[in-house]
Amino acid sequence: MNVLQLAGVHTHIAAYHILHGVDLAVPEGEVTMLLGRNGAGKTTTLRTIMGLWAARQGAISFKGGAIDKLPTPDIARLGIAYVPESMGIFSDLTVKENMLLAARAARHAAELDSERLEWIFGLFPALRKFWLYPAGKLSGGQKQMLAVARAIVEPRALLLIDEPSKGLAPAIIQNLISAFRELKSQRTTILLVEQNFAMARALGDSVAVMDNGRVVHSGRMAELAADDGLQQRLLGLSLGAHQ
Amino acid sequence: MSTSTLPAAAAPAAVPKAQFDGKPLLLLGAIAVAALPLIGSPSTWVTLTVAGLAMGLIIFVIASGLTLVFGLMDVLNFGHGVFIAMGAFVATSVLGGMAGWTTAPSVWLNLGAVFTAMLAAMAVAGALGWAFERVIVRPVYGQHLKQILITMGGMIVGEEMIKVIWGPQQIPLPLPETLRGSFLIPVFGEAAAVEKYRVLAVLIGLVVFGALLWVLNRTKLGLLIRAGVQDREMVESLGCRIRRLFVGVFVAGSALAGLGGVMWGLYQQIVTPQIGAQVNVLIFIVIIIGGLGSTLGCFVGALLVGLLANYTGFLAPKVALFSNIGLMVAILLWRPQGLYPVTNR
Repeated sequence: MNVLQLAGVHTHIAAYHILHGVDLAVPEGEVTMLLGRNGAGKTTTLRTIMGLWAARQGAISFKGGAIDKLPTPDIARLGIAYVPESMGIFSDLTVKENMLLAARAARHAAELDSERLEWIFGLFPALRKFWLYPAGKLSGGQKQMLAVARAIVEPRALLLIDEPSKGLAPAIIQNLISAFRELKSQRTTILLVEQNFAMARALGDSVAVMDNGRVVHSGRMAELAADDGLQQRLLGLSLGAHQ
Repeated sequence: MSTSTLPAAAAPAAVPKAQFDGKPLLLLGAIAVAALPLIGSPSTWVTLTVAGLAMGLIIFVIASGLTLVFGLMDVLNFGHGVFIAMGAFVATSVLGGMAGWTTAPSVWLNLGAVFTAMLAAMAVAGALGWAFERVIVRPVYGQHLKQILITMGGMIVGEEMIKVIWGPQQIPLPLPETLRGSFLIPVFGEAAAVEKYRVLAVLIGLVVFGALLWVLNRTKLGLLIRAGVQDREMVESLGCRIRRLFVGVFVAGSALAGLGGVMWGLYQQIVTPQIGAQVNVLIFIVIIIGGLGSTLGCFVGALLVGLLANYTGFLAPKVALFSNIGLMVAILLWRPQGLYPVTNR
């Protein structure tokens, strides 16, 4: 069953027509990779799903209900967590406060689900260490871990994650991959935008490739990973730089 | 559940702990200390310092809402002054109607009258703020030039409304019986006269500052406001309906401006329909000095303005007119984003 479905979505940003009829399905309990070169419309697709940019045409449905006319907070409240490319960390706030903000059920840190928190600390031990530090002082990798941790502080039906590996050292990317594997083993549904094909291959169940504001290919990740010719044709531009 | 091993590179031990930036507070202290030898007489210095603190705290009460409104929604509200004026005029009516309490020689009755006036002023200014946000501010979100024009226009309309209700003339706002006059505090053998009302203004200002800090730093609501000032879009993505939060902050900020209006009116003991426009420039200077969106910055900025206005008013009355602008220029040369800049903006 598809948790999220986009059909013919068009998005304009000011005078620019960015998405030209995106069709995309995100199956429940799977990691769907959204690949494509720079400027293909991946980030715009995530932002349109979150309602941060309005879709001018087309339909977006989440668990069967239309969400394309809802304001962003209401979309988030349905159970969609978003990790933007900029990570959206509140740098003046502590790691604890960043986590507390995302936990809608908790009014104080003491009300955070301690079992879940321990699980998150297991995934990202640095967060326990820097719990009371201002998030702005963390390294790039630690900020990314905080951004992902914030998205999973409460169970969510769908995670939208935009290029988590961007600008990170290989060792830290490896750490992120392990964390995502752990999320995957819990059957968390994830839509992951990525330019790093190695990471995409390691995590993806299904895949959609975008170009010029459309999805030009969708299928199983294993098939794309096994077909060099298809990779070359779809991702030729982005492969060399990131592998 | 796998516990992933974190590479050593990801966890450097030397992440500095949050350090409180005390330099602006030191500046405040330094200005107060530097003024002492210039003024010469310690008793006069005490009088001026208390007056400066009282003025600064009143300005803080007025400006605190404005800085949060700007920080949270990027709204430049040049009409903030109308809430100040409205608060002050409501106080003239309430205190006028409670003459039995204000003229009684009882501290409690006098304070009761003042607090009743303050509550009424806050309620009226808050309600006016709610209408102002809905009718005037909401249509111009994200458009600074239109915000400036229409909120200034809103203030003019508000001023005229006040003239219709209370008349165009200035109205005296005398202090209740027991709040008049001064305490005499011995300082090195001399007696420093400290006006009773200024002490009350300082106390009320500190209570408001404490309450604001408590809400902002100890509650989830405050956490959402602080986060919203830094990155509105992300707060919405986390599921917070920031528009509602903003309306709440706008109403609370207007109510505080109304409270500040009562305090300012009692400080001047006279109220004119232009009272808001007069204070408007001062509060914009304060929130720019403090760093737009910063409550602590607004607090320190307001105290700096209050102290400097009183010191220069005594030492060099002609310079006093420019002291606030001079202070703003100096602070911005030192810290272009204000004393306590809000990051992520």
